[in-house]
Amino acid sequence: MYTLTIDESNYTCQPGETVLDALLRENINISYACKKGTCHSCMVRSTEVPPQSAQAGLKKTLQTLNYFLPCQCYPEQDMTIKLPDQSDFYRMGTVIDNTLLNRNTILLVIAFADAFEFKAGQFVNLQKSDGVTRSYSIANIPQQSNTLEFHIRRLPDGKFSAWLHDEVSVGDSIAVSEPRGHCFYLPERREQGLLLVGTGTGLAPLAGILTDALAQGHTGPIHLFHGSRDIEDLYRIDEMRQLAAQHPNFHYTSCLSGKNVPEGFAAGRVNEIALSLLPDLKSWRVFLCGHPDMVNQMKKQVFLKGVASADIYADAFLITPR
Amino acid sequence: MSATLYERIGGEAAVNAAVEVFYRKVLEDYRINRFFDNTDMDKQIAKQKAFFTMAFGGPNNYTGQDMRNAHSRLVKSGLNEEHFNAVMEHLGATLTELNVPANLIAEAAAIAESTRKDVLGQ
Repeated sequence: MYTLTIDESNYTCQPGETVLDALLRENINISYACKKGTCHSCMVRSTEVPPQSAQAGLKKTLQTLNYFLPCQCYPEQDMTIKLPDQSDFYRMGTVIDNTLLNRNTILLVIAFADAFEFKAGQFVNLQKSDGVTRSYSIANIPQQSNTLEFHIRRLPDGKFSAWLHDEVSVGDSIAVSEPRGHCFYLPERREQGLLLVGTGTGLAPLAGILTDALAQGHTGPIHLFHGSRDIEDLYRIDEMRQLAAQHPNFHYTSCLSGKNVPEGFAAGRVNEIALSLLPDLKSWRVFLCGHPDMVNQMKKQVFLKGVASADIYADAFLITPR
Repeated sequence: MSATLYERIGGEAAVNAAVEVFYRKVLEDYRINRFFDNTDMDKQIAKQKAFFTMAFGGPNNYTGQDMRNAHSRLVKSGLNEEHFNAVMEHLGATLTELNVPANLIAEAAAIAESTRKDVLGQ
């Protein structure tokens, strides 16, 4: 018999009983459907490393974060479980930079007193004093200085982004949730090709993933494609070109789908340009971030080009309706 | 007792390999890919794994009713015998491509074939 701890309450998991069945018996509100390990509806996270059999079929990055399927889990030790809807723990940080990256995107840098643990490419929720939250991707890798960087685009009629753009200034305090998401780099198969495709501020998580891969000594080719309609909505073009000049295995292409395409930029949709320049993606690892239509379309396209489904990491930026 | 079809065919590893090949064939087939237009790829792959596990006679709790419920929306939008035949074609081609012996392919095809009436809501 093992003890399951959720939010400081303890429950007993009987011998031969799955974690899901134990929680349902205890009337814990947990979503589930197939109970066969197929639908992944019941997936939760543990503080301890879960039994391997309870992680079968999950993405490598989720496994690394101790996510598991309670319907397939017969505990081998006491477990502390975090349910998906359990309220986040927020920490206060201090804004140390808020400057424009382009006409509608700011660089927001938040510093913390203590180390903030995360994987480059994950996202956090920022919270306003009225309790409203929005998710933003972290754009840097863990720093000695305990800072997090964000690229925040001003959305039409977006109250939250307007607040960050117009009202938040250096020195202000801001509440930041724990990091979430499983779109990040794992330092394995370093010779594998990496394809990074993003639209707009999709560059934020991709920049973090890129920096991480380079810092961890990735040796395979790394191709970053960043796209938007107009050149005024791209940013960090010079930095990326410079990085490409410094690292022979890193290649950067900025793409514009609008009418005006100056020299040095590729004309067309970012996913189509990436696919035409890289016809064979067999055994590549792919990261897709930004507009949901691009992300979902490209997921299928790269899969059909030979990328294994387990090697496709995607972060579709959904806009929260007001 | 002799090994089950699921064991002889290679268990979970075989399922994982087969699903990748099979799902690509399905998405590229103009006869049937419209049925997959609005599906989430990751969820769909998980379902395909369950389907292959069943076709290989592996551990599953699929009931005829599950099959009926899961496909009823598609039947309403025109899913018919020809579409089912196309999927059976891809199942066979996938296993052939993975060098599964013909007698095992026949066994798996027979299990998949047994779901026809439920899938098509007949």
